[in-house]
Amino acid sequence: MTKKKKKQSVIPGFSMSMGLTLSYLTLIVLAPLSMLFIRAAGLNVSEIKHILLSERTLSAFALSFGASLIAALINCIFGFIVAWVLVRYTFPGKVFFDAFVDLPFALPTAVAGISLTSLYMTSGWIGRYFHILGIKVAYTRIGIIVALTFIGLPFVVRTLQPVLSDMDKQAEEAAVSLGASRWKTFIHVILPEISPALLTGFALALARAIGEYGSVVFISGNMPNRTEIVPLLIMTRLEEYDYSGATVIAAFMLIVSFLLLLMINLLQGWGQRFQEAEKL
Amino acid sequence: MKDYRSKNEDVPVRLKTHPLTEPWPIRLLLTAVAFIFLGLFLIMPLVIVFYNALAEGFIAFKNVITNSEALSSIRLTLIVIGLAVPMNIVFGILAAWAVTKFSFRGKQILISFIDLPLTVSPVISGTVFILIFGLHGVLGEWLNSIHVKIVFAVPGIVLATIFVTLPYVARELIPLMQAQGSSDEEAAVTLGASGWKTFFKITLPNIKWGLFYGVILCTARAIGEFGAVSVVSGHIRGKTVTMPLEVEILYNEYNFSAAFSIASLLALLSLAAMGLKKLTQNKTEKVALEHEKFLNITGV
Amino acid sequence: MILLKRNWIISSFIGIFIMGYLCHGYGKDKELLNVSYDPTRELYKDFNQVFQTYWKEKTGQDIVIQQSHGGAGKQARAVIEGLEADVVTLALAYDIDAMHRISQLIPENWQSRLPNNSCPYTSTIVFLVRKDNPKRIKDWNDLIRPDIEVITPNPKTSGGARWNYLAAWGYALSNNANDESKAMEFISKLYQNVPVLDTGARGSTNTFIKGIGDVFISWENEALLAIHKLGRGQFEIVIPSLSILAEPPVTVIDKNVDEHGTRKIAEEYLKYLYTPVGQEICAKHYYRPVDPNIAVIYQDQFPKVRLFNIREVFGSWTDAQKKHFSDGGIFDQIYMDQ
Repeated sequence: MTKKKKKQSVIPGFSMSMGLTLSYLTLIVLAPLSMLFIRAAGLNVSEIKHILLSERTLSAFALSFGASLIAALINCIFGFIVAWVLVRYTFPGKVFFDAFVDLPFALPTAVAGISLTSLYMTSGWIGRYFHILGIKVAYTRIGIIVALTFIGLPFVVRTLQPVLSDMDKQAEEAAVSLGASRWKTFIHVILPEISPALLTGFALALARAIGEYGSVVFISGNMPNRTEIVPLLIMTRLEEYDYSGATVIAAFMLIVSFLLLLMINLLQGWGQRFQEAEKL
Repeated sequence: MKDYRSKNEDVPVRLKTHPLTEPWPIRLLLTAVAFIFLGLFLIMPLVIVFYNALAEGFIAFKNVITNSEALSSIRLTLIVIGLAVPMNIVFGILAAWAVTKFSFRGKQILISFIDLPLTVSPVISGTVFILIFGLHGVLGEWLNSIHVKIVFAVPGIVLATIFVTLPYVARELIPLMQAQGSSDEEAAVTLGASGWKTFFKITLPNIKWGLFYGVILCTARAIGEFGAVSVVSGHIRGKTVTMPLEVEILYNEYNFSAAFSIASLLALLSLAAMGLKKLTQNKTEKVALEHEKFLNITGV
Repeated sequence: MILLKRNWIISSFIGIFIMGYLCHGYGKDKELLNVSYDPTRELYKDFNQVFQTYWKEKTGQDIVIQQSHGGAGKQARAVIEGLEADVVTLALAYDIDAMHRISQLIPENWQSRLPNNSCPYTSTIVFLVRKDNPKRIKDWNDLIRPDIEVITPNPKTSGGARWNYLAAWGYALSNNANDESKAMEFISKLYQNVPVLDTGARGSTNTFIKGIGDVFISWENEALLAIHKLGRGQFEIVIPSLSILAEPPVTVIDKNVDEHGTRKIAEEYLKYLYTPVGQEICAKHYYRPVDPNIAVIYQDQFPKVRLFNIREVFGSWTDAQKKHFSDGGIFDQIYMDQ
């Protein structure tokens, strides 16, 4: 650590970039979000406990976090393959596919929800094949995972793409020339190089999935205790003009997701240092 | 650093067989998997959107997107991205610079704070601004007394959009700049270049595609954001209705093909952004890119 | 470096200027903002045009009427938090009551200021079934049959869905000699037949149109609209033996009209809904007119239904809301038992 600090002090602009970053972050993100805690503090501990520990809230939390984790993992695996194929291979229509990756962002979430529902319901273009297999997608938890996978896909692909295309091929060449198999090269050379980006993509896809509302409410069926996500619970509280109740759930969700993100980011930072140490 | 090395790669020093790619069956398999995945999750929903948009013919499509309410929603969406995206670009670069070029305590906490807006449910990210600027908000009384409207007017929409899209540029740049390290910048600074010069001559060229992806993501997200904007907009047609809100209105009027027409326009906007990238890349980078044998930009 | 700094300063000036421009209040023409719920879009689109011409003829003044539609609760919250509505025309009195309770935007007696509890039109809850009624659904009792799938939105997020729920509850009470535990059993069975709880009424309509469910519990006006606009011959309306009188009220928002100086127009706007011209427009958009003369003209469209109103069975909206839809209320309980 100390060695690094000495080394990095040559680059200027720390105080400016840090100062502006912090003030912008405070104004746009932290100050507004602190409102959640201020409003939630209007309730006493037993009321907060009652809201957060009810069976319904807990099952909604389990669903929101569980489905988001699964969707983020799916995105990690397939997002990596997509990014790899888009960066490394050549095939007709590649530009076209590349351009499509951002769509889940530009399409309003409600439109995504509606389109996915009509595709994956039992009479839909895709849903009917799942139906033959005996799997119901729309209006079940699987449907929620489908929607969350859709909205999280760009994160993984787009964080991997620049790193993959920028990757230093010398190490790969060296590994190959030393007789390493392609698989070994991948595990020992490529994976360590891209893992920070992969983790970032995972974290972002996960983060986005946890809060998602618009697309999920169309495809999930919204049944209490079964397919009810946390943001919907917040919505029902607001509908009763119960701002305190809504902010309690929101604040709790915020804390949990922050800790989750922090964990992933620490893991990534640790991996980074480990890698740098290895290089030296 | 990477630039001149990639030039050297053209010198055939080793085996003539492709040493840096997989055997063709694996390549085929991976490509097929990517195709199927993209097909199921991306292309098919898009096909649905366009299918519905053009269900009543192209003339109907044209009428929808040129009526005055649609045009005013397009205008508002453009204003919103025109304000929100540049702010977040500047923030993203500054944040990425601070995070990757220096080491300090609590770095991961800072990164996690930058990620935070992503996890916040859109319903809540709209509501927090209501809790501040709404009539019963912290600043509500005061704003009301000086007749400044933030929520249920355009500024609220811009603010909510900035909030929602804040992480994108920063988070796109941080892993890239981490992977690149800072030795290039250190060398430049040691040789006497100023900070700005180092940034513009060394860092920016290195990160430009990462930055571009970040901007595209940020823009795409800004034009598509519905939940947060919906909470602060007030839904006054012709005034505070953005394109995604217009989609909802039309859909709720049972005007399905019109709703999907606007939605397809949103999709086209994001595709256009990517097309723009390909175009600029082709023109300005042709020579340099010839050396990047694995990054086939033209796709042919 | 200097260049960059200058650009920075210029662009922040431009930014501040644009923000200032956008923050500034809007134009000086007489404007009226009507904040309403989803199903009234078509109604007010027509009515606004007619009223604009009427006002121009009467006073020579040009006015612009702005519309805002959305879920009733969300719209009410927006008005409470500062959306400057001159008039609100919402789905249920509970949401307008909140404007007095939370924000004192209107006096407590707002509902007695206009005739018929401030409801210029009414509606009721009916069933929409598929063509030729293949499952032979005739009344509320059929909805709890195990072979029936019922589509209705989530009463915790949709105003319309609350009317549906209360209608069912009222029927169950009257059918079981006011035995609440029997009514709860009925409601519980009914909601066990619901495969999808959409968050809004129009979301439910779309779910039903997509082919899910055998019966869709809906506002009568929405059901008629769905039949005329979406699929002539695809759906049929079934009128249950007993239903609720759905009363969507309207009111002027005193605080806002006094600030905008639009009280006169706003009051006239709402009163005009009660005139024969206004009533005719309501009837054309499938709302039951309250003027008996107009009601006679449209009696074919609106079959006679035995109706009860919310005060008879539930006391008031606040009571109904608290007992049935609040956190831990009866609606939550029926899902807890499962």
